[in-house]
Amino acid sequence: MLKKKPFPIVRTLSAWGVALLLFFPLLWLGLTAFKTEGQAIASQLFFTPTLASFVEVQERSDYLLFARNSLITSLGSTIIGLLIAVPAAYSMAFFPTKKTRDILMWMLSTKMMPAVGALVPVYVMAQTVGMLDSLAALVIVFTLSNLPIMVWMLYSAFKEVPKDILEAVRLDGATVWEEFRWVILPLTMGGIASTGLLCLVLSWNEAFWALNLTSAKAGTLASLIASYSSPEGLFWAKLSAASLMAIAPIIVFGWFSQKQLVQGLTFGAVK
Amino acid sequence: MQRFLPRALMAPSIVTLFLWMIVPLVMTLYFSVIHYNLMQPGETGFVALENFHYFITDPDFWPSVMHTLQLLGSVIVITVVLGVGLALLVNEPFPGQGIVRVLLISPFFVMPTVNALLWKHMMMNPIYGVFAHVWQFFGLTPIDWMTDYPLLSVIIMLSWQWLPFACLIFITSLQSLDREQMDAAGMDGATPFDKFWYLVLPHMGRSIAVVVMIEMIFLLSVFAEIFTTTGGGPGNDSTNLAFLIFKQALMNFDVGVASAGALFAVILANIAAVFLIRMVGKNLD
Repeated sequence: MLKKKPFPIVRTLSAWGVALLLFFPLLWLGLTAFKTEGQAIASQLFFTPTLASFVEVQERSDYLLFARNSLITSLGSTIIGLLIAVPAAYSMAFFPTKKTRDILMWMLSTKMMPAVGALVPVYVMAQTVGMLDSLAALVIVFTLSNLPIMVWMLYSAFKEVPKDILEAVRLDGATVWEEFRWVILPLTMGGIASTGLLCLVLSWNEAFWALNLTSAKAGTLASLIASYSSPEGLFWAKLSAASLMAIAPIIVFGWFSQKQLVQGLTFGAVK
Repeated sequence: MQRFLPRALMAPSIVTLFLWMIVPLVMTLYFSVIHYNLMQPGETGFVALENFHYFITDPDFWPSVMHTLQLLGSVIVITVVLGVGLALLVNEPFPGQGIVRVLLISPFFVMPTVNALLWKHMMMNPIYGVFAHVWQFFGLTPIDWMTDYPLLSVIIMLSWQWLPFACLIFITSLQSLDREQMDAAGMDGATPFDKFWYLVLPHMGRSIAVVVMIEMIFLLSVFAEIFTTTGGGPGNDSTNLAFLIFKQALMNFDVGVASAGALFAVILANIAAVFLIRMVGKNLD
């Protein structure tokens, strides 16, 4: 006899309740972004949406400059990271040696180093070569910070390729490049895309180096928002507008790539 | 050729990571044993362990360590306990399950500075913040979170941000739970609590351990939230080790002392890392 499960009222209500509660601050941020400062302070629930605050943000702090910087550093570090990590992961997945495992572990361990541990040397080095407040410095640091994770994720992706296909292709006389271009690449495109996406998210959200190595010229969105910390006058709506624009793309990314991000962030320890 | 190619392919990543690891480390070691203040670049001299002594005897040192541990412990406990609960709640199908999951994981993708200011100004501001309105609604005087409970405020912010992460990982783990085993236990008379305690929790053991380790590593170097909200204060009430090092380096410009402090932080992080690496290593093959 099939027992029909009762409609999970309690579960539904509590799950929705918790989800809305947790999401509420973001919802509030989104609403406030479309208010005027006066409405924002009064915390009105009903108001006519306006884009005034978005305009003011651009005027006051040249939002577009910081957005451009965030874009450049995120994309730059992702592309360079992929260029370095893909060969490494390829090599480790398809030509494994006894040392492969140790090397992977070691790469993992470099990620464990707290950023603050490298703050002083990196700052001093950047200052010495005049690269403070430069996009190049950020791109380099972001790339290095994300490299271990990228190598790991790509390694996992490449390991999924079935050996039989590779052998078959090799028997047909394919060169290494052909093998990569026509067989491996298509098969692992998903994994590569996820890795790139994760790197984008991590670089975009990166705040530690952005705050410490930049100021006016190379600042990213993270540092722009930080400058709203104690400003003059009314600023809630502007802060919300700036924040909304800064986080919206990443949140949407996150919605679509939850699983891959979990894999990447736990170094594949949780399947 | 067979042996050359793999090495050539790996070389860029290994070389760059090696440099990234070694150069700062060597420089930090060097700086930590000399006198080097960015404001007095002429005076450099070997001072052996004096920087370490100075860092440890700084009246802010022990509070910073305590705060770092308090922060770590609180956030981990909150996110794991609530994370497990939430994951269990959301794991069974119900209307809108997909949307609920999407809502739940959103806070994790918010950049740290937005997170910080969102809470500092929108939620916790004692006059205009959402909490203030709620408090007033119940006839209570609003709390000035940042001034009166700075560390707690930071803990709340970080828990909000990391709860989705823990939840997501636990959901993933729960999905590999053995249904038949659960049903069999149910037929043997196990209560939901029994099932949870004896079947679910052990199964989640590994994912809980992973969450704890990862959070330890990332939370040890929390910086942006503190920088953007409390600035470590009032006084040193919300300063953690990372912020203290930052203060020494970029506010006092004392590179020597900051480097000594950085070595402490690195050691602390490595202890946590050793456990994580072992666990991940088990999963590698």
